[in-house]
Amino acid sequence: MIEIPPIPLAEWIDDGLDVLTDHFADATKVVSDVMESGIEGTVDGLMWLPPWVTIIALGLLAWRLAGVRTAVFAVLGFALLWNLGLWEPTLQTLVLVLMATLIAVAIGTPLGVAAALSSTAYRVIFPVLDFMQTMPAFVYLIPAIPFFGLGPVAAVFSTVIFAMPPAIRLTTLGIRQVPADLVEAADAFGSTKWQKLTKVQLPLAVPTIMAGINQTIMLALSMVVIAAMIGAQGLGGEVWRAIQRNEAGMGFEAGIAVVILAMVLDRITQGVTRRNQPGSTA
Amino acid sequence: MPAEQSVKIAVRGLTKVFGDSSDEALALLRQGASKQQILDKTGQAVGVADANFDVYEGEILVIMGLSGSGKSSLIRCLNRLNEPTSGEILIDGEDIVGLGHRDLLRLRRQKFGMVFQHFALFPHRSIRDNVEYGLEIQGIAAEERAERATIALKQVGLEGWEDAMPGQLSGGMQQRVGLARALAVDPDVLLMDEAFSALDPLIRRDMQQELVALQSRMRKTIVFITHDLDEALFLGNRIILMKDARIEQVGTAEEILSAPATPYVERFVAEVDKSKVLTASSVMRRPRSVAFVSDGPRTVLRKMEDEDLNLLCVVEPDFRLRGVIRDEVALAAAQRGDKSIKDIIEPGVTPVSPETPVRDLFAPLSQTSLPAPVVDASGILKGIVIRASLLQGLAEQTIVSDEIQEEAA
Repeated sequence: MIEIPPIPLAEWIDDGLDVLTDHFADATKVVSDVMESGIEGTVDGLMWLPPWVTIIALGLLAWRLAGVRTAVFAVLGFALLWNLGLWEPTLQTLVLVLMATLIAVAIGTPLGVAAALSSTAYRVIFPVLDFMQTMPAFVYLIPAIPFFGLGPVAAVFSTVIFAMPPAIRLTTLGIRQVPADLVEAADAFGSTKWQKLTKVQLPLAVPTIMAGINQTIMLALSMVVIAAMIGAQGLGGEVWRAIQRNEAGMGFEAGIAVVILAMVLDRITQGVTRRNQPGSTA
Repeated sequence: MPAEQSVKIAVRGLTKVFGDSSDEALALLRQGASKQQILDKTGQAVGVADANFDVYEGEILVIMGLSGSGKSSLIRCLNRLNEPTSGEILIDGEDIVGLGHRDLLRLRRQKFGMVFQHFALFPHRSIRDNVEYGLEIQGIAAEERAERATIALKQVGLEGWEDAMPGQLSGGMQQRVGLARALAVDPDVLLMDEAFSALDPLIRRDMQQELVALQSRMRKTIVFITHDLDEALFLGNRIILMKDARIEQVGTAEEILSAPATPYVERFVAEVDKSKVLTASSVMRRPRSVAFVSDGPRTVLRKMEDEDLNLLCVVEPDFRLRGVIRDEVALAAAQRGDKSIKDIIEPGVTPVSPETPVRDLFAPLSQTSLPAPVVDASGILKGIVIRASLLQGLAEQTIVSDEIQEEAA
């Protein structure tokens, strides 16, 4: 019998990450510090306002974007969370989710456009997406720590990686779905590639891109909860504490808060999607 | 007519092969292989094989053929939505096949407007923004865009619809917007790809008539694609008939009908041609006014003036046809002080009987702008046939039979 020695895959990955950490950790730590004060500043700012002001503001936003029912639900839901004493962790989670989504969309949409317009980009990007989406989410937490340290920024980093794939995929899908004769019409009038993209392809892809953003938000929310393990605060931290103390009731309270937050964010993004449907008179 | 017109687009040896290795297919084409043989041997689809024709300034050239005959591939080569595999396309003398990216954009912006079968309106833009699209991408200022869009929409009878969205309009109106979008850039050449084929028959006929009316004012060069022979006959100054990527015949409607170049054209014409059963009586018009033999020149002149005609049929009191009288002859007689028109009646076009098949009328009418009188067995005037009513009659007949088929289906 020939004994095949185990491939030292884990060591290779560690070595690779070590090299990266050695070279970039100083830079990423600076980024981390800036972002962390940004996140904390935002949360502190929101906490400085009386909760009812924020709740009414969120309710108005929901009303404008998604209609009366979502607005009523949002106001009642957030009031419940305030009542349960979960106001601060809810805001922390909301800020983390929105920040991670913003970064994921800012990176993901251009990548999705590139994959839609260039088959080379498509062949490079899509296998990576498969990898990103099937890798267990917890694994991303580990390398985030040496780069960004324990805390909210490492959480945002791993959340961005976990939540970005739908933003990319659905942008690509949305652009590829634009009817061929509309693209042909744009070409026939002498549009440049950029004009074709910005005046025809992207506007028509908006509903699909919005569906991608909706999924990104939902994934970000679930990841932010998991990221409590590396020191992200918020509702995930509450759940984490409940597990450690074996307090089911407290765990469910925080869990229900996540559900309420998820539903409000989902309805609002869906409302935005509907408003951008072509042919709608809005 | 063609001889005096200048050539707008000259197509020479144009071939389009779809596939990644076209050399083999081109070699086979030169040996005269058919589209199907080349597809079997090389897997390459031949869209257009060795097309040669001219498009004259200000004419409507109709490219006709069944689906898969290569007509859409051909029209897309003209503005290089399809990259030609070989051959030349000269527009105003400039070969556009070798143009670089920037020049190609300039060509598409300045020379061409295109109208699509399924309208291809941008659903997220208002009617005004759709019509302005071609101007917008050229960087034309907003006020000028709005002004030109308004004019274009007025041309197609859609003023007042500027703020509607495409989804709110019927098919016929949407295609008017498509036409306005193409007209707004004031192109030299209009490319119309099955532009009316998706419309229901009555709307299609309206659009055909409106296009002819518009064309009489605009004098654009129009390349119009259709699979419908009657549409081709009605619209086309000249017609190109395609089959399996090759051009079978180029000619006027009359030439295609009366002298088919190949057996295929003959069968095509015979299968679709309603004119064999259509007779003079179904396309003739009641004469709006006639002159009587007993009339004086001044009476005749007044009748002509009232009806804005330059020619009248002259009949006996019982409406038996005697001949025709022309305005300048009547005028001369009136100035001489003649009391009767008896001496200035001319024979005119040989009368035809109401049972004469329509296709036998093409040849005599293509020679002259005069109407052909239709008389019955006893020589009584029943009506007149003019060239326009001949073609329109054909188109209407088709529409009626289409409707009957649709109702039956």
